[in-house]
Amino acid sequence: MNAGNRERGTGNGEPGGYPPQAGGGNGATADSWVPGARPGGATSGVVENSTFEYLLRLADDRLVLGHRLSEWCGHAPILEEDIALANIALDLIGQASALLKLAGEIEGKGRTDDALAYFRDAIEFRNAQLVELPNGDFAATIVRQFLFDAWDVLLLERLTAATNESVAGISAKALKEARYHLRHSAEWVRMLGDGTAESHARAQRALDELWPYTHELFLVDATDREAVAAGIGVDTETLRLAWRETVDRVLREATLTRPKDGFAPRGGRTGRHTEHLGRMLADMQSLARAHPGATW
Amino acid sequence: MVTIAEPRRDQILAWLEDVKDPEVPVLSIRELGVLRDIEIGADEVVVVLTPTYSGCPAMHAMEDEVVRSLRQRGIERVRVRTVYSPAWTTDWMSDEAKAKLEAYGIAPPGRVEQDDLVPLRRRAPVTCPYCKSVNTIMRSEFGSTACKAIHFCYACHQPFEQFKAI
Repeated sequence: MNAGNRERGTGNGEPGGYPPQAGGGNGATADSWVPGARPGGATSGVVENSTFEYLLRLADDRLVLGHRLSEWCGHAPILEEDIALANIALDLIGQASALLKLAGEIEGKGRTDDALAYFRDAIEFRNAQLVELPNGDFAATIVRQFLFDAWDVLLLERLTAATNESVAGISAKALKEARYHLRHSAEWVRMLGDGTAESHARAQRALDELWPYTHELFLVDATDREAVAAGIGVDTETLRLAWRETVDRVLREATLTRPKDGFAPRGGRTGRHTEHLGRMLADMQSLARAHPGATW
Repeated sequence: MVTIAEPRRDQILAWLEDVKDPEVPVLSIRELGVLRDIEIGADEVVVVLTPTYSGCPAMHAMEDEVVRSLRQRGIERVRVRTVYSPAWTTDWMSDEAKAKLEAYGIAPPGRVEQDDLVPLRRRAPVTCPYCKSVNTIMRSEFGSTACKAIHFCYACHQPFEQFKAI
């Protein structure tokens, strides 16, 4: 990934490779990064740092959704959409990279963005379950994206006021991207919902299946409250009304019906995930784990 | 080791004019707005960059090129620092840079607008960089790179790219 608050070319100018070579002495990161170790797994267990934990929540939503979207590359129904989904995936993964880099710095154990992305297991991921669900058909991918984007714009608007300069800066950049993501996904929801009988039925089915998973986006626990108190977090419960307004407006234009509230699965924020995340990570992390230190 | 008393700020900035966006090779990183500042320390030069898009892969190429370019001029210790604030915007692009883009065949960005839910294809058409017709349509808001959208010109029947306003 190698984005984020990168620093390159220090000293004799070797660009920071990943992972740093053992014993290479490429700065503090290299010294504390142990190839083959499972950071945060059996060794460190529960993460006690709430700021770190909160940043993982922000980052993992983006990383996991970005990877899901990238699965469409080469498979989307039309070329323009193939390119669009890959572009959005790239934005989300770039945002995740910046946030994971920051999380690693705050944690202070020398974990890079790549170490956090590729060497944590499913139980250590902090994304909402919504984003880890399989893509389904194009309608399901688009409806999921819309539900997320509408939330993400509101979240990032608030995070730009974070007292932490890095969080505010990354959020201000991500907000610009989230805005056109929302424009794109909302437009597709309209086209699918207000399209043919087939596209309408598929969009409505996707909405019915995904709706329960949106509730988790608005749950607030002790970690969130600590992050809010520390000036880097948002009380997402306060975003719910505005989110419903956006969602209702677009669904109305799309002639789709908002499902009733009921079943509301949760647990992603504390590492309890659906069976789908582990499989996705097995794919996403296989190269980095099979060939530690590989570069190209 | 080279001490950096001599090559002064203006000189370093002039050297950095050679560093272009690999995807848009007519614009330097300064014209693009990616180059924010340089800090000349006692024994190193820090080049401050801001990313265009969070996931733009060309950023890595530009960072590497900054380091390579200054080292070639004898500055051994070069470091790139990435800043996120203020967030990059195409509004920083000068009229001169926009003219270069158009001459290169990429429609330049207009002013940034803030209306999230209005689809771009319902907005004013973009002028074709080849024949200057406004009889054009946006085909997709997403193009070959994160920064470009795809349009089509009905007058000269040519697809073309536009540098998106953001």
